[in-house]
Amino acid sequence: MTTQTQADAPHAPRRAGDRLFKGLTTAAGIVILVTLAGVGVFLTVEAIPALTASHDDLLEAIPGSATLAGYTARLVFGTALAAALALLIAMPLSIGVALFISHYAPRRLAWPLGYLIDLLAAIPSVVYGLWGIFFLAPRMTPIYAWLEDHLGFLPFFKGPASVTGRTILTAGIVLAIMVLPIATSLCREVFLQTPRLNEEAALALGATRWETVRLVVFPYARSGIVSAGMLGLGRALGETMAVALVLSVSNVVSFNLISSVNPNTIAANIALKFPESSGVAVNVLIATGLVLFVITFLINFAARAIVGRRDVAEAR
Amino acid sequence: MTDQTTPGGPASPEGPIQSSAADLQLDHDDLAMMPFEEQLHSPRLPRQVPVWLGAAALVVGAGLLSIGAGIALSIVAAWLTFALSLSIVSRIREGARKSKDRLATLLVTTAFVVALLPLVALLWQVFSKGAPVVDSTFLTSSMRNVVGEGGGIYHALWGTVLVTAMATVMSVPIGLLTAIYLVEYSNGRLGRAITFLVDVMTGIPSIVAGLFAYALFAIFFGPGVRMGFGGAVALSVLMIPLVVRSGEEMLKLVPHDLREASYALGVPKWRTISKVVMPTALAGIVTGITIAIARVIGETAPLLIICGATDSTNFNLFSGRMMTLPVYIFNQYKNPGIPASASVDRAWGAAFVLTVIVMALSLVARLVSHYFSPKTRA
Repeated sequence: MTTQTQADAPHAPRRAGDRLFKGLTTAAGIVILVTLAGVGVFLTVEAIPALTASHDDLLEAIPGSATLAGYTARLVFGTALAAALALLIAMPLSIGVALFISHYAPRRLAWPLGYLIDLLAAIPSVVYGLWGIFFLAPRMTPIYAWLEDHLGFLPFFKGPASVTGRTILTAGIVLAIMVLPIATSLCREVFLQTPRLNEEAALALGATRWETVRLVVFPYARSGIVSAGMLGLGRALGETMAVALVLSVSNVVSFNLISSVNPNTIAANIALKFPESSGVAVNVLIATGLVLFVITFLINFAARAIVGRRDVAEAR
Repeated sequence: MTDQTTPGGPASPEGPIQSSAADLQLDHDDLAMMPFEEQLHSPRLPRQVPVWLGAAALVVGAGLLSIGAGIALSIVAAWLTFALSLSIVSRIREGARKSKDRLATLLVTTAFVVALLPLVALLWQVFSKGAPVVDSTFLTSSMRNVVGEGGGIYHALWGTVLVTAMATVMSVPIGLLTAIYLVEYSNGRLGRAITFLVDVMTGIPSIVAGLFAYALFAIFFGPGVRMGFGGAVALSVLMIPLVVRSGEEMLKLVPHDLREASYALGVPKWRTISKVVMPTALAGIVTGITIAIARVIGETAPLLIICGATDSTNFNLFSGRMMTLPVYIFNQYKNPGIPASASVDRAWGAAFVLTVIVMALSLVARLVSHYFSPKTRA
């Protein structure tokens, strides 16, 4: 549509319907931008009372913590630890699963198998939490006891091993299962984008299938794998219910993965405390939520930027 | 290692090289037939060897099981036996490269099976524990005045339906119009910014969406606000990016010829979009929306914060607490009645119903896209 007027051109006239429709769609797009800005603004507005609250108010809202920064830092530690564990377990697994679907499974099975993995993403997180408590945690206790006995010299497995199995490691495993589908689907996508001719050239030169994957597919997909990991990290950081249900928390800073004294995560802490909170305590929780939002926003931003840069590089 | 022949390579100490040296005098046809055939064949394991090794590994596992080792331990031991024996045998007969290849194949396949284990275990748990709880009383009674056994999910079911429906009503127009803007109108910075931020928005933690809704409504209604509509707003924040992404992809699939044919007939752009582009992409769009609904219907954290929890049925989205299925599950576990086992049973029952709803929605989505999408190629 050009800017020429109706009088001097054989172009289609600008109709009211067209202008209205374009206005509507543009407005919808802007609503999204405004919403995203609104998330930041409203959280900040509600977090301010926590920052300006007097020492006594704070002490009442968060018992046992001297400052808001200290309180938040401990939660950030727990969040990072749980997410790191989840990623450590999920990434190798999802690269394997994605490879299986894209390069190893029979062609005809690839689609249904991908659907099965996507099913994992569809299951509600609260159901994962329930499963984590009643199924996974009891089955982990013998393993934790074994770890304490045989690897107890490591700070991670110092023990005493939890008898309920509701440790940060269990929470990390449940998180890993929830991260798996998103990381897998992204990895699968980039694996499938490997230029067919490069792969065939490698095979024609006598490379085995694994050598083809290692020498052709992986170098090509490296940035995709990195961004898949970061998106998975974003998901693991923000995941709430599974952790809130599985973990027995005491809000400490500890690298001990198998004891019943565990650090808490930001999201789980909010979910557990929010329903019973009032006054400054609510503002404190919102302030921690703001921190979580900023962290995940930055991580997602970086991940998408990496993916975007790749697309630009390819277009050239 | 060093005695390994690369396919077609001349370095073999065995027969092929000698015979090819002896055959140098022969004419081309003979040269092409006999010795090359042998040269190109690097040694391979007979097909049945992996099967035998697998059987042996199974025997090891069964043996361990019979002397009282745990199931998990036996499976791990059997797997290790298989992996080790296969890679050693393959290394001896086929060389290091083939052996690595076999090991990689085994590892990749194992990764897939391991990834499926939790899915199977979870579905089995949910169905075996949840299905027996669900009966007509469970579906038609709320938790009002229920402390011990009895009670059900009637109020939570209605809450979930209302909140999700409201979220859908808000997200679908915004999401679809944005998708149309991105595909049909956008050129330049605004479009790129929206695409990028929609991607970033898909990563917003659900609990942050709930806090956002709370912060928004607390400004208007004062602190401590709880209402169903807030939950719908929070879910919309999570749902809009999903609708935009799927809508965008579907609209991009509509062939340009269709649009141009319509313009050539003098149809204005907005009519082209609403009468030609949208109907063509409809099946895909419906699929995308259904998947988005399935994704947000199980969200717990935002609803816990802004909808709260209650034991009574509430049909009014704009006032008071509203129970939803995911929050119900959480609440039954966290604040059990007496006896606690009745609450846990109800939690499993609700988890079963929720899982069935989610699965049914994704199945419907697949069926719609399978049966109603226009064939892209004639």
